[in-house]
Amino acid sequence: MLIQIKQLNKTYKLGEIEVPALKEADLSIEKNEYVAIMGPSGSGKSTLMNILGCLDVLTDGEYILNDQNVSSLSDDELADIRNKEIGFVFQTFNLLPRANALHNVELPLIYNGTPRVKRHELAKQALERVGLGDRVHHKPNELSGGQRQRVAIARALINNPSIILADEPTGNLDSKIGEEIMEIFEELSKAGNTIIIVTHEEYIAKHCKRIIRLLDGKIVSDVRN
Amino acid sequence: MAWTALKAHKLRSLLTTLGILIGVTTIITIWTTIEGLNQYVYGQLSNIGASTLYIQKWPWSGGGEWWKYRNRKDITYKEYEAVEKYSTLADYISPQVISVKTVSYKNNKYENVIINGTNDDYSETSNVYPDIGRFLTELDVNNNVPVCVLGSETAENLFKDENPIGRRIKIGSDKYRVVGILEKKGSFFGQSMDNQVIVPIGTFRRVYGGHRGLTIAVKTAHPELLEEMKEELRGIMRRDRKIKPGKEDDFSLNQMDMLSDMYAQLTTTLFAIVFVIGGISLLVGGIGIMNIMLVSVTERTREIGIRKAIGAKRKNILRQFLIEAVVISSVGGFIGIIIGYFGGMAVLAQMDLTTGVSITSIAIGFGFSSTVGVLAGFYPAFKASKLNPIESLRYE
Ligand SMILES: Nc1ncnc2c1ncn2[C@@H]1O[C@H](COP(=O)(O)OP(=O)(O)OP(=O)(O)O)[C@@H](O)[C@H]1O
Ligand SMILES: [Mg+2]
Repeated sequence: MLIQIKQLNKTYKLGEIEVPALKEADLSIEKNEYVAIMGPSGSGKSTLMNILGCLDVLTDGEYILNDQNVSSLSDDELADIRNKEIGFVFQTFNLLPRANALHNVELPLIYNGTPRVKRHELAKQALERVGLGDRVHHKPNELSGGQRQRVAIARALINNPSIILADEPTGNLDSKIGEEIMEIFEELSKAGNTIIIVTHEEYIAKHCKRIIRLLDGKIVSDVRN
Repeated sequence: MAWTALKAHKLRSLLTTLGILIGVTTIITIWTTIEGLNQYVYGQLSNIGASTLYIQKWPWSGGGEWWKYRNRKDITYKEYEAVEKYSTLADYISPQVISVKTVSYKNNKYENVIINGTNDDYSETSNVYPDIGRFLTELDVNNNVPVCVLGSETAENLFKDENPIGRRIKIGSDKYRVVGILEKKGSFFGQSMDNQVIVPIGTFRRVYGGHRGLTIAVKTAHPELLEEMKEELRGIMRRDRKIKPGKEDDFSLNQMDMLSDMYAQLTTTLFAIVFVIGGISLLVGGIGIMNIMLVSVTERTREIGIRKAIGAKRKNILRQFLIEAVVISSVGGFIGIIIGYFGGMAVLAQMDLTTGVSITSIAIGFGFSSTVGVLAGFYPAFKASKLNPIESLRYE
């Protein structure tokens, strides 16, 4: 089992007010699954993604990733897991604006000490894989939205992570470009990657093999097609 | 990485580093100036010779109390004879008496030439040696022979292309035979040492009278015995002058150390002032850098979030911002070193001096600026390293 979540609760504190974002969630995801997480705005999708991606910590419950209990790790240990096990794709791309595509993609490798030459080689390969072999030296503002998201996907792939997490990866793109992005995920899935995508769009979710629906912080349905 | 961020804010980074630039410029300017002065002054002082003592009426230092020394007796020839007779540690002893006269050869006349009455030991006590001919001999001195040794400049002035050895020159109206020309010595604190005529002291005293005050230069061939020799000379002088025990000396025993100590004291004071001024500019510069780094951390919150999301640890973020702060201030330091060096050279040029680029001053410039960078950058960098990744990613 790749991901195992038991009785997970996440509560945000806004001063005196407690905002429960996830309530007693149980969830297991296996290697090479292709999962969509759906639900109305505010239902806790991003919160779940952030916890799965070790960006955020849970309030209580248990999260076991690759047989390792992640609930009790330090900041730096979590950083290490994010670097090696997780590849993030965000709705707003989150690329470094002043760095070119190559540098953006190689960034995760910098933090695990990969030597420069190797970094460039791997980053170029990753960019070729998402069809951007000819845009290596372009900066984000010289790329279209779809191309930016491809750079972000290349960056997510670079360390061969256990899971690729994408929070509304097509949310800022029109549907045609969205389809192209989904084709990339489709291929990655076929190549053996584990992918979890948050989305509002049914047509996006249809690409996935399993759909989990959230409502008010609870998992209300979990179906495989 | 640090460069990309700095290049994006060229002007801002440059303005930020102005404080550091000014601080380092100040320090390096004065440092370079002092280094040039040091080379000159110590070069000059080495002319005096570290193993020579000068028995004189006036001390070389402590000039603030001149009235104390004014009423002292002159050093006499009799005292020179006493030193000559009783000193066991001295290897060379030369009495010196000086006057300024007009010197002539045929139709060439030169005014204001220093006439130096001394003995054969003078060559050793003052490190002057003949280039052509010979120096005064014991025979010249004992028999008050009217011979003279010329400084190179005096010889050139009087004789042009003619060979001066064996010629007779006139000092005032008295004739002297030239027996030697001294090596070129250059100038000592602006005064030419090559424009002089050296004659036997007895001859000098016979012609110009024996009333003038003397300087007695005493040299030991064993510098380690200098202090011992000083005590011996003090004893000889006190006994000759019948100074009661407990009473102060009424003569001075001067040595080069006194001048170098005095100079060292002066430069130390100068250094202290410079480091205070430079320190204040560096402090102001440091505050500027801290301020701009805090702004930079806030502006780049999202970038920090991205970096953390893909695996940057605290130390990675800390290092990134520290390096940036150090780079900003080192750029200021670097420019400061260059401006400071040329500033110092400009000051030295006013005094007709120069100096080389010194590794010490470059090290000081970089040392100060990078230290300020680290100190000023630490808090902002620490703050950046502690940011929460999700909140940072959500930051607009
Ligand atoms: N940092 C926070 N502080 C306080 N409350 C938060 C915080 N982040 C999320 N929440 C709250 O938690 C709940 C779940 O938010 P979350 O972002 O997970 O929703 P979402 O399903 O991703 O919504 P959307 O589809 O709009 O992105 C919401 O009620 C939100 O207001
Ligand atoms: Mg969301």
